[in-house]
Amino acid sequence: MKKLLENRNVTGWLMVSPLAAVLLVFLVMPIILIIIVSFWRATEFSIIPAFEWDNYAFLFGSPVTYTVFLNTFKYAFITWAFTLVIGFTVAYYLTFHIRSQTWQIALFLLCTIPFWTSNIIRMISWIPFLGRNGIANSTLMSWGVLDEPVEWLLFSDFAVILAFVHLYTLFMVVPIFNTMMRIDRSLIEAARDAGASGVQILWNVIIPLTKPGIMIGTIFVVTLVMGDFITVRFMSGSQSANVGRLISNDIALLQYPSASATAIVLLATVLITIGILLRFVDIRKEL
Amino acid sequence: MTKKHDLELVKVTKRYGQTVAVDAIQHRFQPSSYTCLLGPSGCGKSSTLRMIAGHESVTEGAILLSGRDISALPPAQRGTAMMFQNYALFPHLSVLDNVAFSLKMKGVDVKERHTKAGEMLELVDLTALADRLPDQLSGGQQQRVALARALITRPEVLLLDEPLSALDPFLRIRMRGELKKLQKELGISFIHVTHGQDEALALADEIVVMNDAVIEQAGSARDVFNAPTTRFVAQFMGGHNVIALPEGHFAIRTDAVAITAPQKGRLDAQVTAVEYQGTHVSLLSRITGDQEITALVPEAEYFTTPHHPGDRIGLHWDAKNLHQLTA
Repeated sequence: MKKLLENRNVTGWLMVSPLAAVLLVFLVMPIILIIIVSFWRATEFSIIPAFEWDNYAFLFGSPVTYTVFLNTFKYAFITWAFTLVIGFTVAYYLTFHIRSQTWQIALFLLCTIPFWTSNIIRMISWIPFLGRNGIANSTLMSWGVLDEPVEWLLFSDFAVILAFVHLYTLFMVVPIFNTMMRIDRSLIEAARDAGASGVQILWNVIIPLTKPGIMIGTIFVVTLVMGDFITVRFMSGSQSANVGRLISNDIALLQYPSASATAIVLLATVLITIGILLRFVDIRKEL
Repeated sequence: MTKKHDLELVKVTKRYGQTVAVDAIQHRFQPSSYTCLLGPSGCGKSSTLRMIAGHESVTEGAILLSGRDISALPPAQRGTAMMFQNYALFPHLSVLDNVAFSLKMKGVDVKERHTKAGEMLELVDLTALADRLPDQLSGGQQQRVALARALITRPEVLLLDEPLSALDPFLRIRMRGELKKLQKELGISFIHVTHGQDEALALADEIVVMNDAVIEQAGSARDVFNAPTTRFVAQFMGGHNVIALPEGHFAIRTDAVAITAPQKGRLDAQVTAVEYQGTHVSLLSRITGDQEITALVPEAEYFTTPHHPGDRIGLHWDAKNLHQLTA
């Protein structure tokens, strides 16, 4: 026994085994389970273990699937674009315009305060603001900007994306801020010494050096938005759908095999998306 | 009279809040020469350099280059270029693109700027590594890239902020030779900030010693070393004894102090330590008033009449080697 423990290979394996066990039980096993169930047969009243492609065939045969996947990508892309612009701006401001580190940390914590409440509460709190007789409409009407309330503020794609941007911008701010803080200030002086203007420094020095942070933020936002279903349900008033809602509907109807098949396709889609993103930027340095 | 390429500091002052980093310094740099700003850390030498470069605003005073006041101009319009302490190479750009950076900023097209950057790389002998990224280069190579990047703007004055401090001692000596050679070839002014007096002595046509935000002494390397005017300069340049005599404070080079038999020299002393240094032997002795005097004796001479700690000796020197200190 003693001899066995002295073997370095054995100690090595022992040291990784707790984490490996956790990942195996809570990540690998559930995925394998979902894959298995996705091949089962389901009827209106029963689920039968089997191996058949019916669920996938139905999924790929239905035009709804394509619309919903397209819609999911649309949400992901628009949310990504907004969170990127806002996140980059916030991170840039914190990094380069706030001089003292105390203030940087204080303002950064301020950004995180909304995250101390639950996602759902933050989402629901938009409803009285955006509703037909909500704060936004009544304010705009009292200013005389509008004659009658606008309808598309709530229960629309606008509301969905607004909520997504609100929920997930911090996931863009954090990695970008982290990368930006590591940029050596003398690089910016060197660029200025070489005659670069503010915009040129931004474009030629800061953005290229922030790419890994942008990429990590992008992965966060894209995966979160693509996997979401509750925001879409609440903010669209059940009028829009994304893949997450497709799965949740199936589960509500106890159609587990169909839900599993959709989940597997979504998982594959997200993994392929991330794979493509990683082709462009090497994020290993940041991890 | 200000001539071309003449850099002059007129009562240049830098304050950070209440702290005075540079206090109304006044100096005219020799055109086309190698100048070292020498001093301990925190003496204001780096602030001075950064003010000349335009990376630090001038609180009061003016900086004149070729007769015009450049103290309010942006860095790139001053006719200066700076080489940063850690080189500040852009890690995402190849060596060639790093060197071509300033041309890109000016809007020069790719082909032309790569040709010009290639010529610069040839000057610093790095043509073979043009496609590498900075972190694939050694410290010395990175330094040469930084040099090429600074020189491509055709500056009238090149500012170097402790350029050799990141290199190992062997490379440092080699690179300082290359810097000096390059300065001679290009015929422009180099202003080099350092805290190493050996580096300054080896390189500089002119040394400007700074301490506590002011210039203590400026002059040729030989003048500053041989005839320090203040106690600080004498101690900082090294190789000097500072002695308090009835007539005032004096500096005398350690190798100008000779050892004699007791009562035969100008002063009597007691040996406190002997250190063998290869070519010389350093003899530390104490004179009355608890002052320590170091005598650097050639090795062969010492071993003809060796002394040991505790021995009484006499110290002798030529009066002409004694330099009176003002402060």
